[in-house]
Amino acid sequence: MFEDLIYVLTKYDTWLWQGFLLTLQLLAVSVVFGTLIAIPLAVARVSKLVWVQALPFAFIYVFRGTPLIAQLFMMYYGCGQLIANIEGIQDHWSWTYLRDPYWYCLLTFVLNTAAYMAEIMRGGIQNVPNGEIEAARACGMRPATIYRRIIFPRMWQIIWPAYTNDVIFTLKATSLASTVTMMELTGAARKIVARTALPYEAFISAGVIYLIIVYVLTFGFKGIEKYLRRNENRKENKSVLAKAGGHI
Amino acid sequence: MKNWIKVATAAAVGVALSASAASAAWEKVVIATEGAYPPFNYVDKDGKLQGFDVDFAVKLCETAGIECEIVAQDWDGIIPGLLAKKYDAIIAQMSITEERKRSIDFTNYYSTTPAVFVGKEGMSVEAWKDGAVVEDALDGLVIGVQRSTTHSAFLEDNFPNAEIRMYDTQDNALLDLTAGRIDATLADSGVLVEWVKSDEGKGYAFVSDTFAPKEFFGEGAGIGIRKEDQDLKEILNKALAEMLANGSYQEINKKYFEEINLHPN
Repeated sequence: MFEDLIYVLTKYDTWLWQGFLLTLQLLAVSVVFGTLIAIPLAVARVSKLVWVQALPFAFIYVFRGTPLIAQLFMMYYGCGQLIANIEGIQDHWSWTYLRDPYWYCLLTFVLNTAAYMAEIMRGGIQNVPNGEIEAARACGMRPATIYRRIIFPRMWQIIWPAYTNDVIFTLKATSLASTVTMMELTGAARKIVARTALPYEAFISAGVIYLIIVYVLTFGFKGIEKYLRRNENRKENKSVLAKAGGHI
Repeated sequence: MKNWIKVATAAAVGVALSASAASAAWEKVVIATEGAYPPFNYVDKDGKLQGFDVDFAVKLCETAGIECEIVAQDWDGIIPGLLAKKYDAIIAQMSITEERKRSIDFTNYYSTTPAVFVGKEGMSVEAWKDGAVVEDALDGLVIGVQRSTTHSAFLEDNFPNAEIRMYDTQDNALLDLTAGRIDATLADSGVLVEWVKSDEGKGYAFVSDTFAPKEFFGEGAGIGIRKEDQDLKEILNKALAEMLANGSYQEINKKYFEEINLHPN
């Protein structure tokens, strides 16, 4: 068993390494762009105007309500097929990109992540204490300024643990990319199994790499959480809080 | 002590088996097939066994000059049934593998479905020529293949410059072929021949010769027999060689697969 593990790790190290890089890439892009899309979605979602919040609601509902693998297949085989059938598209310069599974994969992951994150952010925004917003308004801040200075910083504090959780979730979701021919970490492990008939060794190798990624992520996110909550830990702040009777 | 008993019993059984085998002299042989693997073996609407394997078995017995009875047996129990002497041979597209060889023996291979490339009509992919890999034949092409198959291993090992896409099913690879996202796919010709003829496969064709190098795709299917029946193995091997030589094998081959040579090596 141990020798087989060494064998898998040394003989197929390039497959695992390439899988690892692709997994990281899919994760990073999904999280960054997912977050960027999620912010306006969340803001629209808390709007009191029905027509503003209807579209983000529908988007979030659909992407959270269907299995990721179904979305991936819809995007890759469904939309891909439609695009491929456009007259002349296969001779167009853009076809090099449009035929590549990478972009379909990324788009699906980005949209899926955005839907989940938007929902987390909506909860965060709605949980910002009303008094703080009223205080900001009393100071004469405009809505945009209130968002920038009060709501968003508070939202990040509130949602950070859930956000971290979602990033780890996205990491595991990337393992579905191998179903549309992207050989990320899980895909690489599967390939090794097909070659060596050593399922334990191959999946343990991949599993350990996932664990390392999660360890580094949690460590980094913990650090950011500390930074976000830096004000809460200051002594003077605590005393202010105490004087105000905790009602801030 | 116990070991002695085991050895003694084994020896006794061995003697008894070889004695019965010799006395049977193979005037009548019962052959099992699965009956659920069209077009190789299947049950038609009248309940009769049909297919390539069945025709082949009938002709084989005729050539060997022995009387045969063909029975249907579920796949899961097909080796235990042979060992329990319910029948004497298995002709059911059973691939010759090392694992099976531990419990039963095989004749020489009698059929193999070779691999073939399918792509747009008019293109040509000669990745295997004159018994050797043509290493640059796939350069610049995107080739789809089902993962965890001998075909995917063949592509990965021999064509470092080709872009190889691994699909979870062959159906998905074919979907992407029609979408133009891959240039060609490599798979079992027995599967692809039907697809090329279908509506979805319009405009696509075999774009290479069929090929089945043993070192990559295995030995093919053999006739399964009990290990002790070496005399039957000899009889069947001889009849098989005769069928291949006199063209009766090719006749049955053509009847079921016009484009594919099931015995290329």
